[in-house]
Amino acid sequence: MGFKNINIGTKEGVSNVVGTALLSSPRINREQMKNIQTNISTALVVDDDIINRKIHRKLLDNLGIESETVTNGKEAVDVHCTGKNFDLILMDLEMPIMNGIEATKKLREMGIHSMIAGVSTRSLEEEKQEFMDAGLNDFKEKPLTVAKLASILHKFCEDDLEPVTD
Amino acid sequence: MDRNHPHRQLALMRQSFFDQGYLDEQFIQLEELQDDANPNFVEEVVTSYYRDSARLILNIEQALEKKPLDFNKLDGYMHQFKGSSSSIGAEKVKAECTQFREYCRAGNGEGCIRTFQQLKKEYTTLKKKLEAYFQLARQAGPSETACRPK
Repeated sequence: MGFKNINIGTKEGVSNVVGTALLSSPRINREQMKNIQTNISTALVVDDDIINRKIHRKLLDNLGIESETVTNGKEAVDVHCTGKNFDLILMDLEMPIMNGIEATKKLREMGIHSMIAGVSTRSLEEEKQEFMDAGLNDFKEKPLTVAKLASILHKFCEDDLEPVTD
Repeated sequence: MDRNHPHRQLALMRQSFFDQGYLDEQFIQLEELQDDANPNFVEEVVTSYYRDSARLILNIEQALEKKPLDFNKLDGYMHQFKGSSSSIGAEKVKAECTQFREYCRAGNGEGCIRTFQQLKKEYTTLKKKLEAYFQLARQAGPSETACRPK
């Protein structure tokens, strides 16, 4: 059984029944991954853990999304100060120097409108809410999977967000 | 056939990791990310995990020698360790991390020490199993992905 041309991250994908079915499956395999299309082209991975950076980067790479990685919230802010912008930011919560909540607030204050998806092992409602209130568009519990990333891409479209990079 | 034998051995070895609870679904997620562009992705991630977590283990060992125990610090280290272990699908290691953190919250130093010994055992056992697995995979050569557990 194969899925063809699943436009999860585009307007067509929102009403695509096959795309919706894919989003509700717990695991998206390699073949299905190849058929996912999105209009997100750049991402920033913000995580102090080298394993997570490696995995998140590969997840994005497999979906054709170019990514950069930084190791804490301050570096995420600094990279934006150089004038760089990203369609999507995957933001860890607990990091040294500047955590995900502070970094998200700072980026929003700076006028950064990129989609920011919080990714954390913290699962208590109040912790998630505090993170969301900082300015996230979405939140996913770690570990991140293809299905969870596909869900983020879908939300990008649902929220009528536009890519910031060409 | 001789040619298939190492692959069958590999598949059985892999299946045993899931059946015996050493690895969980997250490991399969990593396998799904592996492709021709990165044919050794899973092994690279596992190698990074063991290299990076060696530092954390040392930090925890040193922290467990201090009196009185700083449970907040220990919990912080273990939170990190649990996160990485979870990211590679190390189910038994993750379970010990969870137990350790419960003992931290309860301020139970002996429980922490005991659990940490168990954690190191699981961590080392998994390392040996995965090393053997990747070595066999290299010997067996490229093949179709082994059957996934039902």
